[in-house]
Amino acid sequence: MAAPSTDLSAALVLASPQLADWLVVLPVVLMIGFGAVLMMVRKSVRLHGTIAITGLALLVLLDAALLIRISTYGPITMVMGRWLPPFGIAFTADLFGSLMAFVSAVVALAAGVFALRDIDAGGRRYGFFPFLMLLMAGVSGAFLTGDIFNLYVWFEVLLISSFGLLILGSEPEQIDGALKYAVLNLIGTTLFLIAVGYLYAIFGTLNMADIAGKASRLRETAPLVTLTALFILAFAMKAAAFPVNFWLPASYHTPRITVSALFGGLLTKVGIYALIRVTVMLFPVEREELSFVVAVSAALTMVIGALGALAQNDLRRLVGYVVIAGIGNMMAGVAIGTPAAVSGSILYALHSVVTMTALYLVAGEAARLGGAWSLSGLGGLYRRAPWFSAASLALFLAAAGLPPLSGLWPKVALLKASLDIGAWWLAAAILISAFIVTLALARVFLLAFWRPRPEPAPELAIARDWRIAWPLGCLTALSILFGLFPETVLDLSQRAATGLAEPSAYIRSVFPGGAAP
Amino acid sequence: MNTLILRTVAPVLTALMLLFSVFVLLRGHNEPGGGFIGGLIAASALAIYGIAFGVSAVRRAIRFHPMAIAGSGLLLATLSGLVSIFAGVPFMTGLWIYPEILGVEVPLATVMSFDIGVYLVVVGAITSIALALEQEEPERAEAIGEQPPPPVRAKRPRKPRPKPQVEG
Amino acid sequence: MEALFAILIGLFFAAAIYLMLSKHTVRILLGVVLLGNGVNLLLFTTGRLTREVPPIIPAGMDALPAGAANPLPQALILTAIVISFSFFAFLLVLTYRAYQELGTDNSDEMRLAEPRDEERPPMGY
Repeated sequence: MAAPSTDLSAALVLASPQLADWLVVLPVVLMIGFGAVLMMVRKSVRLHGTIAITGLALLVLLDAALLIRISTYGPITMVMGRWLPPFGIAFTADLFGSLMAFVSAVVALAAGVFALRDIDAGGRRYGFFPFLMLLMAGVSGAFLTGDIFNLYVWFEVLLISSFGLLILGSEPEQIDGALKYAVLNLIGTTLFLIAVGYLYAIFGTLNMADIAGKASRLRETAPLVTLTALFILAFAMKAAAFPVNFWLPASYHTPRITVSALFGGLLTKVGIYALIRVTVMLFPVEREELSFVVAVSAALTMVIGALGALAQNDLRRLVGYVVIAGIGNMMAGVAIGTPAAVSGSILYALHSVVTMTALYLVAGEAARLGGAWSLSGLGGLYRRAPWFSAASLALFLAAAGLPPLSGLWPKVALLKASLDIGAWWLAAAILISAFIVTLALARVFLLAFWRPRPEPAPELAIARDWRIAWPLGCLTALSILFGLFPETVLDLSQRAATGLAEPSAYIRSVFPGGAAP
Repeated sequence: MNTLILRTVAPVLTALMLLFSVFVLLRGHNEPGGGFIGGLIAASALAIYGIAFGVSAVRRAIRFHPMAIAGSGLLLATLSGLVSIFAGVPFMTGLWIYPEILGVEVPLATVMSFDIGVYLVVVGAITSIALALEQEEPERAEAIGEQPPPPVRAKRPRKPRPKPQVEG
Repeated sequence: MEALFAILIGLFFAAAIYLMLSKHTVRILLGVVLLGNGVNLLLFTTGRLTREVPPIIPAGMDALPAGAANPLPQALILTAIVISFSFFAFLLVLTYRAYQELGTDNSDEMRLAEPRDEERPPMGY
């Protein structure tokens, strides 16, 4: 092969990357690799659990290393195939992305351990663990990519694997839920793709750092507000914000409870992540224009989610509405848009990933102990499992935002931020929503845990199981620790929000020699 | 569909299409073609074989489960990208070696092994979907879900299916 | 040329939305497919339209000839086609299964996961 006569060196990365830069791509590569291996050994279901837990534990370690690296040295970038950005696809991780990736990995590990008990051989043969690995590849990729079309691709990767997880078992209820979930989410991602198309038409680039650098020049001439509105609609649909939230309560209660837990913890938060990334970092001025619409949607999401939770009898559907109420809180931070508010949203997202997953796991364990999903059928759990009940109470308080647990700090930050800009009605919505969620969850504790069983069923001997105790215990401990010692996380989220509002470090990491022409 | 003509032609056609798919895969290295389109051709070859001789004949012929083939392709593609960690260049950079095989210099690249990985992923994934669609009803539950047929089917009395309403 | 394509894309979107507003799952599915194709056309147009020169480097050259088409939108479309193709295959199977299991293709009557007469939560202790 003859050496090319055209000089390509101007378009290539010539220095070899530092080993630490590999941390940006390795989480995704690791998950895809483990998913591939699990697909190859699909018949030997006994191995699945061991392989998958090993993979998820490695993922937690990698994401922790990435987080430490980034919080010390700032954002890092790696481009695919040596092509310099904006030509090559860049993976860029900043503090926000790596925080989300780390917490998701922890939650996925917990859910993976829980699945060892919850997912039987049938579900494993169907491919629960390979799908879980690919889901995590999609989630990690979405958090770590620096290219907006690549973000779309990761959305689709996690969407496809979520379809697979959703119909695990192929029961009629699941197919009913999956159909609505699939169609509406597909329309949501297609809207995202439409927005990406227009973005390319306007900017001629898909690299997020490049877009952030160029937006100020094009602001006068290009229809950027319309574009931002399209992005907000697409991501709100992924995040299940009112009025495009109806797919969530229709589908999230149908799959196995581990799958619900993963979805409730991770998927909506990926939508929120993309919303914050695009509106706060790429189009801050346009977000300002649209902030009233987002604020109204946020307030309605909060209140409707909370009211929905109050009206549910099925524990899983109740938790689904609590997830929606949380989404409203995160949207409120986006609507206000000051660094303090965005940091509140990030905090809330981190808290919500842990707490919502744990709440679904609590629902699953309650149903296993009590033999029913509905509040009317449950009862007497406190007498049967006091430790489990204590953990559940802690998680309920955390989800409701009561001190001294993890839900308090983000709510305080958001309240303060909304009062600072004089949006008293938004603050009121946050408080009302928190109050109603408290009522709904307190009623769960009252009915399912405190009161005696409605009809005395034969006491089944239910053994304690580490595969349930450890994940639930660790997630609860995380939530309590975050509530009692919030300084580190508060500091990290504030720095992440500052990095989004002032993305010069992000841009410098992609273009070390100054912005692209 | 299961006619004498098809059954006579299918083996030849399948063999030709598989050969052609490999040709397209390798041609894609420097010219139009590549792993994705090659994989689609191979998957359609297997689909034709399945139409002629039934799904179980295809499953026997390809020896491995389609999803296992897809998994091996995914692993190969991932590893091809990962090789560059040892060469000190960013992820997915194409690396070349020029071994002499029988006195001929053969350029080999991670780009090609990545493309072969894509080929296998496409063959595996599309074949498994195609086989699931070709399969007759009783076999299907076993093929898609890989689960014992759900007890629901036996227990639940099937609701009378209302005719799809015609609008207008 | 771009204006013509813009009108065509608009027609695609209009037809897709009309189909997706239907209650019958098969029509919704067709609408989704049409929407996906409209988006592909949109991506194609966003790279600006040129004529006759495909973005392939001819033998003996190292760079694209002048006036070649923009290869990036084509790569994007290829990705989008692959994804929408696999989604379509999945949705097709899912719709068919839903019709078998639920006995209807009317989305109003698919209430198995969200039953109409759902029990209220207990009002008292």
